Amino acid sequence: MGNKQTTFTDEQLEAFQDCTFFTRKEILRLHGRYRELAPHLVPLDYTNNPDIRVPPTLIVTMPEFKENPFRDRIVETFSEDGNGNLSFNDFVDMFSALCETSPRELKTIYAFKIYDFNRDNFICKEDLKKTLNKLTKGELTPEEVTLVCNKSMEEADLDGDSKLSFSDFENMVSKAPDFLSNFHVRI
Amino acid sequence: GNERRKGASRAEEGESQTRPERIDRGRRKRTRSHQDTKGSEGDEEVQPKIQSGRAAKTRKHTKNEKTRKKEEEEKAEKGEGKERHGKRKKTSASKKEREEVGGKHTMKEKAQEVKRKNIIQQMNCIHNSLSSEELEKLKEAVDERKKLIQALRGKPWPIKKKCVILRESQEFVEKYEGALGKGKGRKLYAYKVLMSKALMGRPYGTIPRKTVPRAEATSAMDFAVLWDFGVSCIITLTLTTSCFLQWPFHATFRKMCFQGYAQYSVLFYGYYNNQRAVGWLKFRMPLSYFLVGVGTVAYSYMVVIRTMARNANESGVGDDNSFNFNWRMFTSWDYLIGNPETADNKFASITTSFKEAILEEQESQKDDNIHLTRFLRVLANFLVLCCLAGSGYLIYFVVRRSQKFALDGLENHTWWERNEVNMVMSLLGMFCPMLFDVISALENYHPRVALQWQLGRIFALFLGNLYTFIIALMDEINLKREEENIIKFNITVWEASLFNGTVSVNSTAPPVTIEPADVPRGPCWETMVGQEFVRLIISDTMTTYITLLIGDFLRAVLVRFLNYCWCWDLEAGFPSYSEFDVSGNVLGLIFNQGMIWMGAFYAPCLPALNVLRLHVSMYLQCWAVMCCNVPQERVFKASGSNNFYMAMLLVILFLSTLPAIYTIVTIPPSFDCGPFSGKQRMFDVIQETLESDFPAWFGKVFSYASNPGLVLPFMLLMVLAIYYLQSTSKSYKEANMELKKKLQTVVQNMFPPLVQQSCFNVYF
Repeated sequence: MGNKQTTFTDEQLEAFQDCTFFTRKEILRLHGRYRELAPHLVPLDYTNNPDIRVPPTLIVTMPEFKENPFRDRIVETFSEDGNGNLSFNDFVDMFSALCETSPRELKTIYAFKIYDFNRDNFICKEDLKKTLNKLTKGELTPEEVTLVCNKSMEEADLDGDSKLSFSDFENMVSKAPDFLSNFHVRI
Repeated sequence: GNERRKGASRAEEGESQTRPERIDRGRRKRTRSHQDTKGSEGDEEVQPKIQSGRAAKTRKHTKNEKTRKKEEEEKAEKGEGKERHGKRKKTSASKKEREEVGGKHTMKEKAQEVKRKNIIQQMNCIHNSLSSEELEKLKEAVDERKKLIQALRGKPWPIKKKCVILRESQEFVEKYEGALGKGKGRKLYAYKVLMSKALMGRPYGTIPRKTVPRAEATSAMDFAVLWDFGVSCIITLTLTTSCFLQWPFHATFRKMCFQGYAQYSVLFYGYYNNQRAVGWLKFRMPLSYFLVGVGTVAYSYMVVIRTMARNANESGVGDDNSFNFNWRMFTSWDYLIGNPETADNKFASITTSFKEAILEEQESQKDDNIHLTRFLRVLANFLVLCCLAGSGYLIYFVVRRSQKFALDGLENHTWWERNEVNMVMSLLGMFCPMLFDVISALENYHPRVALQWQLGRIFALFLGNLYTFIIALMDEINLKREEENIIKFNITVWEASLFNGTVSVNSTAPPVTIEPADVPRGPCWETMVGQEFVRLIISDTMTTYITLLIGDFLRAVLVRFLNYCWCWDLEAGFPSYSEFDVSGNVLGLIFNQGMIWMGAFYAPCLPALNVLRLHVSMYLQCWAVMCCNVPQERVFKASGSNNFYMAMLLVILFLSTLPAIYTIVTIPPSFDCGPFSGKQRMFDVIQETLESDFPAWFGKVFSYASNPGLVLPFMLLMVLAIYYLQSTSKSYKEANMELKKKLQTVVQNMFPPLVQQSCFNVYF
């Protein structure tokens, strides 16, 4: 097109454009940001798809995640091994799923995965407790925490198994007025 | 056969190898030449289609797919499948061999060329051997693949998986699309090949693509501002166009005044001439003025009601409170926050909101002293009524006084006395809402309910004020009309005196020339009304800005700097920073719009002024919010009341247009100014147009249509229709609720999770 870049082949960039909500420029910029996290680890030339992963401790220092109470969970959700080590593909995946143009259904799926701390495909009371504690930084008393978790479960659990399945979660979130605008990371 | 292949050119090899197999299929020979040309064209296209890293793997995959497909059809027709299958495998194996050996590029190219040829031959084979049903199925499969490619971005799979699927689907689509469509598909295929050639073989990736973000529900504030801006713009546009259309054609331009040039500018009603047709276009100016006025009101109604309908649709069944705790837990954190201070604020506000919700929950579970609450509420309403009555009387009193001042001559009074009415109205508008806020502490309502009461009261306050203002205005109009009668009388006397010495009627003496500027001018009550409105709006704007500067900015400065040398913590304690009052601001915008609607007929450029004012307001308030305000402490969903604001807007629209309509219908226009001067009533212009510009039969039809005998039954019919629609909509809502409840109980009692999921996906 004009600027000769040697980070990716054209096929790779095309594939990225088809699989994510990013344009060419954005993908190259993402690569720049990814590389910034660990310049000695991440090569400049990605044409042969090197298998490099950046550890989560570096990723959560990004300004986009620094203040987010769920940053560890986000990084774990998008990592292949479940421990938070992100390859570049995972990195791009993550920002594409959380970007503004990402559709509601996709965001709902990933939100469910993020809030499911024990990764059993259900949000149980412990998951709720952990979410609440992260949100209020432990300011609520244990009785208040229990009350909130019970009320949440009561509101959203439709099949009565005292845990939220994906369908319960989806039903609840679909009516939330500011889910889409809040569950959005800009990079 | 392998040795043979290694030697000769690849393209021919492919063909020759397959030729003996196809010898019995005569039809293919016809298509052979077509293929050849295609083959050469397809070469350059081949490269980008075939991906680099996993070419071998996917080629094998597609080969398998191809062979599978071939097998299926071949088995149905002839039994040669196995042979071909075997030969295909050999070809692929040999091709891979060839690729691994030797240099990459040329080998790859040639291999790809051969593959392309094979694909084309496959296509022909398939196309000619499938029945129309199978073609249909194939077409569906291709469409499905295409949809998959389009929807790939939104799938929750990791990128690696998406890439593989993308490649497969693209190849599938490429392969089969040309085969379908019996010639049409081929033409499309050729066109695609041509286009890809034109784009240098890079159909994707050169043009950056951005998807348009989906518009989601906005907050009431954004909505109102933008909406107002939009409607104001349209109204301005209409009025400006009608203004400018007449600009070059004005015959007489009535000038000379004492009250300022602006009085006679295009800003006000009095500027417009009453000539029936203006300029060489024969522009019907009075008619246009009337129709534009009526048209803007009709357009405003349409927009408001349409927006309300859309809001009602979106808010669904209206369960605002059903997932309070869940929403706070899962959707309250804003993932965009990057600033530590903002994050702290957010944590604090989330904690507060949880505590509020918990408190509310605990309260709702205990039964309070109902009687005390009721008594307090009645008391609060009584106090509010007193307040409203007091403010109404104050305005009336001030208006009377200003009339007295006007009779005395305005020069004798101070600035305050001259502008008393406007200042009092603005001050009341500033202090009464605060008073209402204090009183509402007695009532102990849920914040959302309390907000609605508050807004309702402020609404009543403004309405009362506005109507008192209008009544005062009516008095002035009557005064002006009396003045008019006196002047009319004076003019006849004066004209008689001019002609005093001249000859009798049938002489041919030249008429006495009268300078237009010398003619004594009649008073123009419409312009006066327009002026009053403009003055009101300007004073309203000024009050807002001054309140902003003093109440927000000065306060913030004081709190920030005096905090160092003050006994208690100013920031946390008494004054602290002012909150950004979303609802109050929205209400202000709504009332502003109401005033515009009221005054637009008499001051046509008022909407333009307002657009300017809205621009300035927006930037000023934006700065003020960033610089001096803190977010509201109460974090409840005020945006759930989107339709509440719209309903208020609708009521205001109705109430604002009422005075204008009343004046149009009852009060005769001034004899000496404006587009309707000289007529009995303003709407006579329509009658006149019907009589002179339209053919005779049209007038007759119109007179039949406006016969009360026809109009009244029609209105009755509409009322009945409204009643019917309302009752059916109520019954639908009830049925909906019933079904929902039923579904919940069924789901809770009976089924395992899997089936529930499908149930929900179907229903919701």
